[in-house]
Amino acid sequence: MSLGPHLFLALLEGTVTALVLALTALGLSLVFGVMRIVNIAHGEFFMLGAVLAWWFGSLVGGSALVGFLVALLLGPLVVGAIAVASDWLILRRVDYDPESTIVATIGLLYIIQQIVLTFYGGDAKSVEAPVYFRVSFPWFGYSGYKLVVAGTSALLLIGTWIVISRTQMGLYMRATQQDEEMAQAYGVPVRRVYALVFGFGAALAAAAGVLVVPMQQAHYLMGLDPLLLSFIVVIIGGLGNLRGTLVAAFVIGITDGVISVFFSPTLAKILATLLVALVLVVRPGGLFGEEEA
Amino acid sequence: MTLLETSGLSKRFGGLRAVEDVELVIPTGEIRAVIGPNGAGKTTLVSLVSGRLEPTAGSIRFKGEDIAGLRAWDRVRRGIVYTFQVTSVYANLTCYENVALAAQRRMMKGPRDRLMLAESRVARDVERALSRVGLTDETRRRAGELPYGHQRLLEVAMGLALDPELLILDEPTQGLALDEISGFCDLVRAISERATVLLIEHNMSVVLELAQLITVMDKGTVIAEGTPAEIERNPEVQRAYLGTDAAA
Amino acid sequence: MNRRIFARVLALHLGVVALLLVAQFFLSPYHHTNLARIMIFATFASGYNILLGYTGLLSLGHAMFFAAGVYGAGLPVFYLGFGAPEAFATGVASSFALAIVFGLIVIRTGGVSFLIVTLMFAQAAFLATLYFNEITLGDQGIVISQTLPPLEVGGAVLEFSDPDVKYNAALLLFAVAFLVCMAIVYSPIGRVFVAIRENEARTRMLGYNTYKYKLASLTISATISGASGAMYALLFSYIGSTFASIEYSIFPLLWTLVGGMGTLLGPLLGTGLMFYLVDIASGLTESHLIVVGIALVALVLYFPKGLMGTIREKWLPWLP
Repeated sequence: MSLGPHLFLALLEGTVTALVLALTALGLSLVFGVMRIVNIAHGEFFMLGAVLAWWFGSLVGGSALVGFLVALLLGPLVVGAIAVASDWLILRRVDYDPESTIVATIGLLYIIQQIVLTFYGGDAKSVEAPVYFRVSFPWFGYSGYKLVVAGTSALLLIGTWIVISRTQMGLYMRATQQDEEMAQAYGVPVRRVYALVFGFGAALAAAAGVLVVPMQQAHYLMGLDPLLLSFIVVIIGGLGNLRGTLVAAFVIGITDGVISVFFSPTLAKILATLLVALVLVVRPGGLFGEEEA
Repeated sequence: MTLLETSGLSKRFGGLRAVEDVELVIPTGEIRAVIGPNGAGKTTLVSLVSGRLEPTAGSIRFKGEDIAGLRAWDRVRRGIVYTFQVTSVYANLTCYENVALAAQRRMMKGPRDRLMLAESRVARDVERALSRVGLTDETRRRAGELPYGHQRLLEVAMGLALDPELLILDEPTQGLALDEISGFCDLVRAISERATVLLIEHNMSVVLELAQLITVMDKGTVIAEGTPAEIERNPEVQRAYLGTDAAA
Repeated sequence: MNRRIFARVLALHLGVVALLLVAQFFLSPYHHTNLARIMIFATFASGYNILLGYTGLLSLGHAMFFAAGVYGAGLPVFYLGFGAPEAFATGVASSFALAIVFGLIVIRTGGVSFLIVTLMFAQAAFLATLYFNEITLGDQGIVISQTLPPLEVGGAVLEFSDPDVKYNAALLLFAVAFLVCMAIVYSPIGRVFVAIRENEARTRMLGYNTYKYKLASLTISATISGASGAMYALLFSYIGSTFASIEYSIFPLLWTLVGGMGTLLGPLLGTGLMFYLVDIASGLTESHLIVVGIALVALVLYFPKGLMGTIREKWLPWLP
């Protein structure tokens, strides 16, 4: 293949990555923006989604499509419920103190990971793609499922956008993000908003996990990568800035795709990581975020 | 001799002009009071002088040197010491440690002093500063356990231990009981024998008793300056400040 | 500070070192080896504690300093035939240099930003150990026991495979780090570290350039961590990417929190306790790291001051 098709492939891969990444990072960004906490266990919610996709798939048996749809529906719900429970049992009891929350979510990371190791095992398991077709371009064929993933992610992103901008819940979230005390004074049930946001953020990560599992297998240690990538995206997009998060997901996803195709994926990650660290150093609020230390 | 001189000093927060074009000249050895209604820009002004905030425009000269570009800690080393309006002592540390942090600052001149200092030297200065404000008995107590008035005095002791040339006291008598206030006035007078004092104060009797000159601010600008007697008579001051105070 | 209290503090801490010295004659080989490892990790945690416990900066990237010590010592042994003392020196120097460069870049960030930046840089460092796998052999790592020459001290030949050499070298490292930490805590600079932890803005207004002090704290912390990494590589003769992984950033945090941050004895106790808890759990289940998770959550919920912190608060307020 010559350069043009190569680049096209890279852009295609990048777009798919970007959409899934946007979904995961949006969850983290919401939690950060509304609750002002850093959730180190976010990647584990992604991993749980992937593992549940396998579990639902094997439970339903038969048609991969049915299993997939069940997983896509129930996976995020289950994971969201787990997140709400951890908010209830742990985070609210340390009063969302930033440093305690970080330590607690590191603890949560290990607890989830090790429980999965116990019941699911240490092997990577693959899930059959629910649909199988190839889209043929003049130069290469491309997995149709990846396009389905991209499409579903985009739909979920739009759905999230509607929830935030059009519903009562979204209004509460935005109010809490702007000024917690004021929101409370106006009768926003801040505690419940926190629990729901934490659950919602986790559910988004889980949905992304369900979507990727036919492309990259489910493994109990798979949570770290999406966590770090989400951090990168959320930071470049501006901590808590949703629009910025989306833009950054595309920038990172596509650059990552391009660098990975032409150079090495590890190098791409090193560069992205360093870039992000430098962004934070120069602009503590992120590129799109407001200037605030 | 002039100790501190600002010219054209301004600070804007977005569209808000917190301090606008302030010319302030303070001679060495004076007790100067800055008064004005809430939001007049007094705290912003002294924050600019002490380096907690960066000015939007204007210059600040201290002993003839332009210090507007210096960071807060460098100004402290040159002798400008700020005591906080909202007390910000180290609540979890003892009074001794609070003052020792200030006292050792002066003694840490080279890399060796950072690693090793004779604690007896520090202790001597700490004792002196604590006894000047009358807190000797509280040396070993945690600062957070002190009553509010004593925390204010501890704050002043920390300032004294830095051996300032210009001591900025931001609302020092706020929260003090009446009998504590008169003792405090004596303390400020004693301090002014060695240091110039810039006092932000709401309590007019304290201001009238202590200050040689009073600078009145309103809406970020200086609207009057004069001796206590002149300020009391100034109609503009009465309207802008004293009047509202009397009404309240 | 009061002389009597200082004498008591010194006696207690020298007593702990003496206890460790004597303990080697009574321990079974199994616990003997464990304790050597614990002392090295406790050194790591003591370094970490300078930054978190005394200066109040939460780092999630100390693995890179530990790994800088590991690789800084191990690679010259493997490729250049360095002996142990030179290798230890290069290990310490690498972590020191890394800390200075990294510190100059990041020290202006605070709070959550500092945490994420440390995590990110450490991750980049981890990926770098994989990327340059022609040199580091990445995940697989390098065993250096074949190339590391024994150490000759005054006619005696010390083999690093000898458990007694391991134990006493680890003890020497720990004792030195322990005393260095104590000296820092009681020095003027240590007092400023605590002031920054308690209220950074106020400390600036007392005339301290807090960035410089935070940089100093980071450098001291990282160098001690690097020294423990270098010693680990030499005594257990293995270098590999795993030492740069996020796990090795979380462990010192855990050990310090369990023992009590901002206490001198805490890191040793916390490391020892967690080492044995993980060890016992690994005999029971494959998912033994779950004790790490449970410990972290339990600490935050019920025991925020850790072991020594609680003891200090309840009974021994003079503990450093």
